[in-house]
Amino acid sequence: MTTIEIRGLTKRYGPDTVVDDVSFSVEPGQVTGFLGPNGAGKSTTMKMITGLATPTQGTVRIGGRHYRDLPVPLTTVGALLDAGAVHGGRTARDHLLALAVSNGLPRRRVGEVLARTGLEGVAGKRAGGFSLGMRQRLGIAATLLGDPQALIFDEPVNGLDPEGIRWIRDLMRSLAREGRSVLVSSHLMSEMAQSADHLVVIGRGRLIADTGMSEFLRANGEGTVLVRTREPGAFAVRLTAAGAAVREGLESSLVISGMSSDDIGALAAFHGVALSELTPQRASLEDAFMQLTRDSVEYEGRAA
Amino acid sequence: MSTVATAPTVTFADTLRAEWVKFRSLRSTWSTLACLFLVGLGITALAMSSAGTDYANATAAERAAWDPTNLSLTTYIVAQLIIGVLGILIVTSEYATGLMQTSLMATPRRHRLLAAKVVVAAAVAVAAGQVLMLTSFLLGQAVLSAQDVPSATLRDPGVLSAIGGGGLYLTAIALLAAGLGTIIRATAGALATLVSIVFLVPALAGLFPSWLQGLVDVWPTQGAAAVFATVPDPDYPHPWLNLGGMCLGVAAVLVAAFVVFSRRDV
Repeated sequence: MTTIEIRGLTKRYGPDTVVDDVSFSVEPGQVTGFLGPNGAGKSTTMKMITGLATPTQGTVRIGGRHYRDLPVPLTTVGALLDAGAVHGGRTARDHLLALAVSNGLPRRRVGEVLARTGLEGVAGKRAGGFSLGMRQRLGIAATLLGDPQALIFDEPVNGLDPEGIRWIRDLMRSLAREGRSVLVSSHLMSEMAQSADHLVVIGRGRLIADTGMSEFLRANGEGTVLVRTREPGAFAVRLTAAGAAVREGLESSLVISGMSSDDIGALAAFHGVALSELTPQRASLEDAFMQLTRDSVEYEGRAA
Repeated sequence: MSTVATAPTVTFADTLRAEWVKFRSLRSTWSTLACLFLVGLGITALAMSSAGTDYANATAAERAAWDPTNLSLTTYIVAQLIIGVLGILIVTSEYATGLMQTSLMATPRRHRLLAAKVVVAAAVAVAAGQVLMLTSFLLGQAVLSAQDVPSATLRDPGVLSAIGGGGLYLTAIALLAAGLGTIIRATAGALATLVSIVFLVPALAGLFPSWLQGLVDVWPTQGAAAVFATVPDPDYPHPWLNLGGMCLGVAAVLVAAFVVFSRRDV
């Protein structure tokens, strides 16, 4: 079991503080979503985790060790920070072979990860001719070479087609199910909603939230219930009398907040109101995210 | 859970083997080496073909200083650039493609990664440099003797020293190039710097004040190149010392490369 522990991590470039005193843990057996607007410091944090950048302050420990002190790095951590980080003149197989050899891994691992990522057919082709999706797969094949306990992916679905997105999502879920620690960054809330168990949100380099996905939704999305009935006016009066806040929704529906769907159903039954729809609205993650990071978006567009 | 059986820790031999796989798996490696021999030997053949008329028109003093070994090895002037490109690319091709991130995540001990690259560069340059110097000598002497001008054989005094020293000179240039590539991190910048060092500075050497003369004595294409001669140059009576001085300078550049490589963020 390998936990990634990040404590008080800070990175300054001259006067700019890119990552500011960030602490969180990436636990085994779950997908930890690392979320933030563009420029929030996600990639810098990931570079510090993998030893590519030196923190100004703070520490990162992977299973209790610094990245540089890992005896066989690829068997502990597999990281994909940039799918383009491949020499275009080298074949997929040679690229993976060099990485495997560098960590003393058996050569058969190259064939195994090529198979797992569906690249066997192009193993002998130069990576320079690969599509973005194929490069992502090659990058992921490299992370799996050492069968590592912890995996780190920076924006893995960027630029992928729906089939590729689903493949990566399923892969991350299955890696977590196998007991590994999985850290995956994204600036897309909707992507996280489908794959992450735990959420770490940063904005302008600071930690904004570190919480389970469901708690995050409960805490940050105001839950509403959508109701349809033949007599919306009369029912709205009864709901208001019972203490709920009622708005008119689309197509003469009612959007109710401050009352659970349970209670609304009971109220309707008590007054003999026939309901044609009663739907709790999950606050969209997107809304919750926007609400949370509103103050920390560095580059903001304005409606003209 | 782990199904990959590995040694308890990665060794330098693993890193070295990986760098060799990277080096041999690029087509550009082999085309650069082919280019080295094609251009290197081509220049020797062309330069030697006019030696017959040169010798016929030479004065007595020029004939006394006639050094067929040195003539057949002057191809080093261009060969050092091509072998330098090889040394530069071993490092900068990883920066240009971003591969350096992947390499450093697999081998986070940075000194070890750079040391493996330097060893590969040195091994390739020693082999290619020695073979080029030897073949260039043999080709040059064959062309000279075909024109009935004095030529040398491998048994003549100083010949093996010039060929061996020449191979080492080219190796030192390859390592200088690898060091420059590490410090500058861009192919074009590193190559421009190398060209300035081996061509530009020697061309301007006459303008330098006398206290810089010590530097000129060990500079590439200047004092350090005295090792290519078998007829002693009065300016450089001990050519191996000049070459040794250049190697010290290269070592200093490599030390700087190791320092910045281990400190900089990638």
